[in-house]
Amino acid sequence: MSTVYSVGIDIGSTTAKLVITENGEPTLCRYERHMSQARGKLTELLRDAEGILQGKRFTAAISGSAGMGLAQAAGVPFVQEVFATAEVVKRKEPDASCVIELGGEDAKVIFFEGGRDERMNGSCAGGTGAFIDQMAVLLNMTVDEMDRASLSAERIYPIASRCGVFAKSDIQPLLNQGASKPDIAASIYQAVVNQTVAGLAQGRKIRGKVLFLGGPLYYCQGLRLRFRQTLGLDEEHAKFPEYGRHAVALGAALCIGKEYTYEELLLAVEKSADIKTSRRLPPLFDGPEDYEEFRKRHAKDTVGEEDLSSYRGRAWLGVDCGSTTTKLVLISEEGKILYSYYSPNLGNPVSVVKEQLEKIYALCGDRTVICGAASTGYGETLIQNAFSLDEGVVETIAHYTAAARFRPDVDFILDIGGQDIKCFKIRNGAIDSIMLNEACSSGCGSFIETFARSMGYSAAEFAAKGITAKAPVNLGTRCTVFMNSSVKQSQKEGTTVEDISAGLSVSVVKNALYKVIRAHSPEELGKNIVVQGGTFLNDAVLRAFEKEVGTEVIRPSVAGLMGAYGAALHAMRFSKSKILTAEALKHFVHRSTGTVCQGCGNHCRLTVNTFDGGRRFISGNQCERGLGGRRDESLPDLYAFKQSFLTSLSEKEEGDGRRGTVGIPLALGMLEQAPLWKALFSSLGYRVIFSGLSTRATYEKGQLTIPSDTACYPAKIMHGHMLELIEKKPDFLFYPCLSYNVDEGRSDNCYNCPIVAYYPELLRGNMDDLKSVRFLSPFLNLNRPKVLAKGLRKALNREGEKIGRREMKTAVKKGLAAYRAYREAVAEEGKRAVRYAKEQGKRVMILAGRPYHCDPEINHGIDKLAASLGFVVVSEDSVCDMAEPPRVGVLNQWTYHSRLYAAAAYATEHPDTELVQLVSFGCGIDAITSDEVRAILESHGKLYTQIKIDEITNLGAVRIRLRSLIGAVEERERNRKESEG
Amino acid sequence: MSGSYIPFTEEMKKTYTILAPTMLPMHFRMVAAVLNSFGYRVELLDGNSPDIPETGLRYVHNDTCYPAILVIGQFITALESGKYDPHKTALIYFQTGGGCRASNYISLLRKALKKAGYGYVPVISISFLGLEKHPGFHLTLPMLHGLIYGLLYGDLLMNTVNQVRPYEKVKGSAEALAAKWTERLGKELGSGKPIRYRKVKENYSRILNDFASLPTVPRDTVRVGIVGEIFVKYSPLGNNNLENFLISEGAETVVPGLVDFFLYCVYNSLHDYGIYKFGVLSHAVSKAAFSFLCKKKNDLIAATVSHGRFRPPTDFRHVIRLADGYIDTGTKMGEGWLLTAEMLELSEMGVKNVVCTQPFGCLPNHICGKGMMKPIKERNPDMNIVAIDYDAGASAVNQENRLKLMLAYAREKEKEKAQVQAHAQVHAQAQAAEPTVEKSTAEKSTEAFASEAFAAEIPAAASTDGRG
Repeated sequence: MSTVYSVGIDIGSTTAKLVITENGEPTLCRYERHMSQARGKLTELLRDAEGILQGKRFTAAISGSAGMGLAQAAGVPFVQEVFATAEVVKRKEPDASCVIELGGEDAKVIFFEGGRDERMNGSCAGGTGAFIDQMAVLLNMTVDEMDRASLSAERIYPIASRCGVFAKSDIQPLLNQGASKPDIAASIYQAVVNQTVAGLAQGRKIRGKVLFLGGPLYYCQGLRLRFRQTLGLDEEHAKFPEYGRHAVALGAALCIGKEYTYEELLLAVEKSADIKTSRRLPPLFDGPEDYEEFRKRHAKDTVGEEDLSSYRGRAWLGVDCGSTTTKLVLISEEGKILYSYYSPNLGNPVSVVKEQLEKIYALCGDRTVICGAASTGYGETLIQNAFSLDEGVVETIAHYTAAARFRPDVDFILDIGGQDIKCFKIRNGAIDSIMLNEACSSGCGSFIETFARSMGYSAAEFAAKGITAKAPVNLGTRCTVFMNSSVKQSQKEGTTVEDISAGLSVSVVKNALYKVIRAHSPEELGKNIVVQGGTFLNDAVLRAFEKEVGTEVIRPSVAGLMGAYGAALHAMRFSKSKILTAEALKHFVHRSTGTVCQGCGNHCRLTVNTFDGGRRFISGNQCERGLGGRRDESLPDLYAFKQSFLTSLSEKEEGDGRRGTVGIPLALGMLEQAPLWKALFSSLGYRVIFSGLSTRATYEKGQLTIPSDTACYPAKIMHGHMLELIEKKPDFLFYPCLSYNVDEGRSDNCYNCPIVAYYPELLRGNMDDLKSVRFLSPFLNLNRPKVLAKGLRKALNREGEKIGRREMKTAVKKGLAAYRAYREAVAEEGKRAVRYAKEQGKRVMILAGRPYHCDPEINHGIDKLAASLGFVVVSEDSVCDMAEPPRVGVLNQWTYHSRLYAAAAYATEHPDTELVQLVSFGCGIDAITSDEVRAILESHGKLYTQIKIDEITNLGAVRIRLRSLIGAVEERERNRKESEG
Repeated sequence: MSGSYIPFTEEMKKTYTILAPTMLPMHFRMVAAVLNSFGYRVELLDGNSPDIPETGLRYVHNDTCYPAILVIGQFITALESGKYDPHKTALIYFQTGGGCRASNYISLLRKALKKAGYGYVPVISISFLGLEKHPGFHLTLPMLHGLIYGLLYGDLLMNTVNQVRPYEKVKGSAEALAAKWTERLGKELGSGKPIRYRKVKENYSRILNDFASLPTVPRDTVRVGIVGEIFVKYSPLGNNNLENFLISEGAETVVPGLVDFFLYCVYNSLHDYGIYKFGVLSHAVSKAAFSFLCKKKNDLIAATVSHGRFRPPTDFRHVIRLADGYIDTGTKMGEGWLLTAEMLELSEMGVKNVVCTQPFGCLPNHICGKGMMKPIKERNPDMNIVAIDYDAGASAVNQENRLKLMLAYAREKEKEKAQVQAHAQVHAQAQAAEPTVEKSTAEKSTEAFASEAFAAEIPAAASTDGRG
């Protein structure tokens, strides 16, 4: 029998793979990055294989996400990649029970045992290989270096495992806090593992013999280790085959393809006309002259420079320790730049700043004296403490100070940095509203940079290409993960690098405008716009922005240094600085160690930074307690009040328990209704067992049974609560379905949101542990005692209980009374808090969310953070009855949300009160409420602040938000006083 | 309390053009014809321009559900197009109300209009709850009557065209026939003459006959059901032309009808009475409406069954029972329990491959769609369900790749089944002298899934009725 040849081609998002088999055995395997030129690369790979293929007849098939279009255009059969993989397993490891395959941007889990089942990552779960690449850039390491480092890790930090962008915002504070790189590297891998295991397996256990395939799993030893440890697999059961990274191409070869000769296949691929579906945009510039004019216009916005090596006199220093970069600026008496520095902080900002200070001191000689120094940005306090700077300036204020230098009447500032978009409006000389990108659309500047690198260009080269683009590709707006797929699509169609670069610039701009600022028209932004941040140094981005808003804007020459420049300007009020001297710097020592705070139940992970001379700085804490207890315990905090109420409620023994025990999960709506059910069931003679307030472990416990990864965290944590309850072995579990909440007469209707209303139905279908216990989830009506009694009695008696009509009537009465008493207690405590604030001259913060946001694991201690900043914290449900419900522009039909509107109305009536809205990621309803709450506040000249929270929240960013809020409020008050006085 | 709105006055009725979005072309064309026969000037927007989502994103909070972004984008694009005088234009939108955020579409639309400078354009919302009053727009009984037949015809056309299109000899002939019928029925319903039910039934059999006599050729297809959030399930604008994609990949699409959604809404109000004991009066109305609609749908089913060539829809009372043991029919927000029940309905019909469509982040679908896949697959191991999220940023490549995976798996299973059956057949023939009655699914001609398989299902369904 003659030899049978087959060609398998796999074109992924970043790489092209070609495998040639002889009688089913691979004889040639190629794996190369295609740099978005899929067709070109494939032609090249085929030509290289001419020696083997020439003069033979063979079959060929294409697979891979970017191969789909090419296959269609060339008329070569397409094999879906999961299918190709399955073919390989069938031939090579028939006893494998499961395959985990990670590609550039795809993650797949295929189950073979007990009914084949394939799962691919959804549109929200970000890439994996690309994600690792991106993280390596963040750590300033090559992928290899990061991999080696991960092997010596000592601890794992929790890093959000849903999508790459989230993880990034978790890693940044860790870097800034001085966590070790090996630990972070391993934590990154762990996040990938969690994402795969939790996001894809969705309740199906990964066990038996597992085959690991794809590039990242072939190259990254550390990733392999994390997978093996997490899944508890030994060498026998975790297989990392040699053909791992070519597996899909091999599979395509093994599948039945079409017959070709070498010339035929080459011709088919070469001649394949690109099917273009992607939309194009007009070019950014009409030609070289247009660009030249543009450059000249922007060259005017400069502060001037002076040479530090010849300067004589006083100078001020500003340090902006940002999320990915560290910036230093030294300015002269006239505000001219004497020295500036902009660089990635390489994961260790302290050493970067130290090095730079030494340089500055050397250049200053004895001619120049630093008279004041200030820091700002994520690492503000760390740097301030490390080098004894004179002050820390809130990021937003620093930026405004700098922008006003270029344009005193600036009314809108947009800053797109490496990691985040910040924008603020200025009204009457004070910051009026602050908008930061929520975690899901961040990663702007560094996104372009990473993309440039992955395509083999530096950021500057890549930007320059965008300027000459003829037809920029339209990549849509949404988070970067989606953009990855859009780019993939256009790569598939053979788009040029120029057009991709320009398209990305447009997307970043649109993202900022429509996703973060949600602008409807340029007039809405302001008349005098200053744009800044490193990303705007990219002319393509700047031009895209001007085109999009249809107006000319100012980009200062120091666009990338504005925070530092503003901090330096701020520091000019000092005439003598405490900053470490050149001499002191010589003895500078910095050590960081990790520890756990024992100050309260939160047990925050702390990083203790120790410097020479006994200076210490502790980061990672949610309050000031770790620093030695600056927190004022006496400040009323409604969140703490509700927590302690719930704790004492669960501990309180009530009823004789003659009928047995009932378990109730303390999550979602139950956090408010706990008193109702406790009193009701106690009256019936049941002992009530609650699951208790959540911890991270609660979430992790139930993580594997969550079917919909994009649901909100308060819902997802419910799974853990159910498991904790089952362990307590109550006679039955009770968690009713409630389409309607209690009617508080404030709204058009009294619905619960679909998640709160029907989550029990989801739990029943997805948690196997519930199959072996009794779980009651009747549909009930809380607004009619009689109907409630009837419905509940029916539900219980159907389960074999024997509850009399009168007995139930009494119980319902008691339950509803207890619920009302609780609501009144909350309102009463709200009144007390407000009174206290007035008497003590404190500011009040309405931390407005839902009842379930009082769970400390869900709010991440934001209430404590606010209290540590001097706020009296009240909740939306404690003040909503103190104001007339406002008219809103939307259908006001949810009980919880109607409280938000009323609370906002309350804030507008009280000058000492600010409202901060807590929004859970994935809450669809808050897409509606947040605009309304903002409108209510802004119609009365109040600031609107929104904090999006998820399973992990970057409290550093929240702190900046809250401090900016305080700064803005204070500035407003000053202005008001000035105008009055 | 909710904000105010611009009413649609009697004056406006005379001079205004009313724009309506198109969710299902055939249904909505007939609905428009009915409305126009009552003196309105309804025009359907069926543009599919890529500017629509962009415009929507500009005027609606980006995290709002995709259908809202699309519908609002479509309206504003139309107003900006210059095709209509905005001062002589009103908008109409059908909404269901309820605890889903979709009930806020009208408010969001009004807010967006205001932002876009069209705050004066009146928006008429048609809803079962009668949320608003418009002096110039009344849903009268004769109008409702006409609308119901429009929907029934629409469902029949959709059902038959789906069963013929993949096999048509002349490409486009099935669609052309459906378009012809849509126009004819629209004219008939819009003639202003009272509707005679006998005539309707005659139309049913004419439609069935017409489609049955379209020349077809046997083709190897896999049947794929489509369920999901109502807008992205039906609207090509919402689901990136899902149906066309599936057909081009060699699938026969099976899409549960729109009447079921209305039945679902009516059923919910009945069920609400059971749980919450409110609305005694509306309860009586709902009860009558429910029986009426069920009767109408069952007549349609009977017509299809007695014709014998096409797979009929399922009795709605049976659909309700299908949800039993999976999800409580009190789950009534969004598509609610119906979404789960439809997946099971498809399974029962032998349609084991299902695309579950939802807007990204759709709240009810966390529960009724994605949340029910595990129990459905557990108890129906042969089900092959893929969930596809739609939103402004999702790329078609990702969606298509996932659909291709579903299709590849479907085909493989067809192949396996065919092999097993062929094997069994050979085996049986070799063993027994008498001829086997077993029928291989491999020899799938269009006739195969008509009478035998599906006529048999109705009595089966009826017997479940008896048990329940």
